[in-house]
Amino acid sequence: MNLILQGLAWIFTPSHWVTSVGNVSISTRIGEHFYYTGVSLLVTVLIAVPIGLAIGHTGKGRGIAIVLSNASRALPTLGLLAVLILGVGIGLLPVAIVLVILGIPPLLAGVYSGLESVDRQTIDAARAMGMTELQILVKVEIPLGFELIFGGFRAATLQIIATVTLAAYYSLGGLGHYLVFGLAQNDYPQMVAGAILVIVLALAVDGILAVIQRFVVPGVSRGTTRQRRTARGGAIPPVAQSRTLIKEGQ
Amino acid sequence: MIEFRNVTKQFPDGTVAVDGFSLVIPSRQFTVFVGSSGCGKTTILRMINRMVEPTSGQVLIDDHDVATGDAVRLRRSIGYVMQQSGLLPHRRVIDNVATVPYLTGVSKKKGRQEAFGLLRTVGLDESLAYRYPAQLSGGQQQRVGVARALAVDPNILLMDEPFGAVDPLVRAELQTELLRLQRDLDKTVVFVTHDIDEAFLLGQHVVIFQKGGIIAQQGSPAEILANPASDFVASFIGADRGKRRLRVSDIAADNGELLLVDGNGHPAGVIETDDPRLGAGTGPKSRSVSNKTDQAGDA
Repeated sequence: MNLILQGLAWIFTPSHWVTSVGNVSISTRIGEHFYYTGVSLLVTVLIAVPIGLAIGHTGKGRGIAIVLSNASRALPTLGLLAVLILGVGIGLLPVAIVLVILGIPPLLAGVYSGLESVDRQTIDAARAMGMTELQILVKVEIPLGFELIFGGFRAATLQIIATVTLAAYYSLGGLGHYLVFGLAQNDYPQMVAGAILVIVLALAVDGILAVIQRFVVPGVSRGTTRQRRTARGGAIPPVAQSRTLIKEGQ
Repeated sequence: MIEFRNVTKQFPDGTVAVDGFSLVIPSRQFTVFVGSSGCGKTTILRMINRMVEPTSGQVLIDDHDVATGDAVRLRRSIGYVMQQSGLLPHRRVIDNVATVPYLTGVSKKKGRQEAFGLLRTVGLDESLAYRYPAQLSGGQQQRVGVARALAVDPNILLMDEPFGAVDPLVRAELQTELLRLQRDLDKTVVFVTHDIDEAFLLGQHVVIFQKGGIIAQQGSPAEILANPASDFVASFIGADRGKRRLRVSDIAADNGELLLVDGNGHPAGVIETDDPRLGAGTGPKSRSVSNKTDQAGDA
């Protein structure tokens, strides 16, 4: 308890929020953290969403996607980062690659399981009405599977935002700096402060995404997916669900 | 006119659902495909709007091979109603009805305006227009499904067991409404069911299927009832079990009315008549009455 108070005191020390010689302000560190998160997330979305939509719409390639996703989960992130830095040098690129590899599985699973959760009868009817495959995807599958898709996005975001801390091991900044630097100097209040900042940031971002989700997921389809989930045995939060689905696929 | 010419459908797993099937479906008539589950009737129906592509053979609509054009355009020109309504759960009833007009570029305002008219046509109150499908009863959802199929004023209406999932009372009501609609709208309707009573009630032209998409018999309900072509047909329509032959029971009902029983002696109904000769207790002991549509009374 005492350590947490000391950590909080460290955060609220005004000088830590000012950049001076030999000291980078907390807000700059948060900025770095967001920058790494944002870039990695963007690349993750650009890779995982199209692949997930293709798998979910056609139902093909699901097995391969599950195998690759699980394999990439087994990769030790820190070790991979070390290898990449040896290969391509210190900088944003190796960090981003590692984070993208980490972010793809939950988002990919969210996207294709989102599309798979849509009632086959509804899709069949949409096709029989004369919708093109693209119209089925955009007007039916994505809106109806959006809750799971967005859940996958939230899971990927959380995963990435929490793992950006690793960048600091190679002096790339971000909030992990306080963890690494504090440990090296036996400055535990600084470590705790870093941990608190990462936790608060992750929870805040997830909270904002949760609010956005409430507004963008259409009302009645939210009701029906909730029913479907409870029928499966208790309410599972979307974040946990996209992970469960991957395990089920094994 | 819809014509099947020697159509075969083999699924990728090797199952032959339909083999060398040929049939002519007359225009502006109510045709019913009836048969047990898995006899290929739905597969054949879905070939008309290319939801199923035949492995070989041709399907022609007014002498035009459906395979030659664009499948999406073909489907937009044919109304399709399915068992579980297949409505889009995230769209309001009114926008569900206007689905196809929206696809063809009709504005939201105009689409909705026309959709209101269609809701009235299928007997739905306009107050339901802005609800979501999940807020409607099964029967109401089916009506919306019919309204949606009628939205582009198609010449052909395909109905795949549309009343299979609603309770008998609502089904009878929907059947009556459908008969009224067919009289008013004068479309070519192809209707799939496994319920022979429904087939005889609705169909002007009934096609009875055997396993493998083989036609056991086709014709008007009266022709089939009077003259079953095979034992299979007789068994399917219930003639062999005496279900279709009714006679007046020896025992009068409680209030003195004449009780009708089927061939197995099960009570089937009472006779309503102004003819004094059929009055209680005086009628002949055994009078055969053909029970062509025993659901018609409910309807």
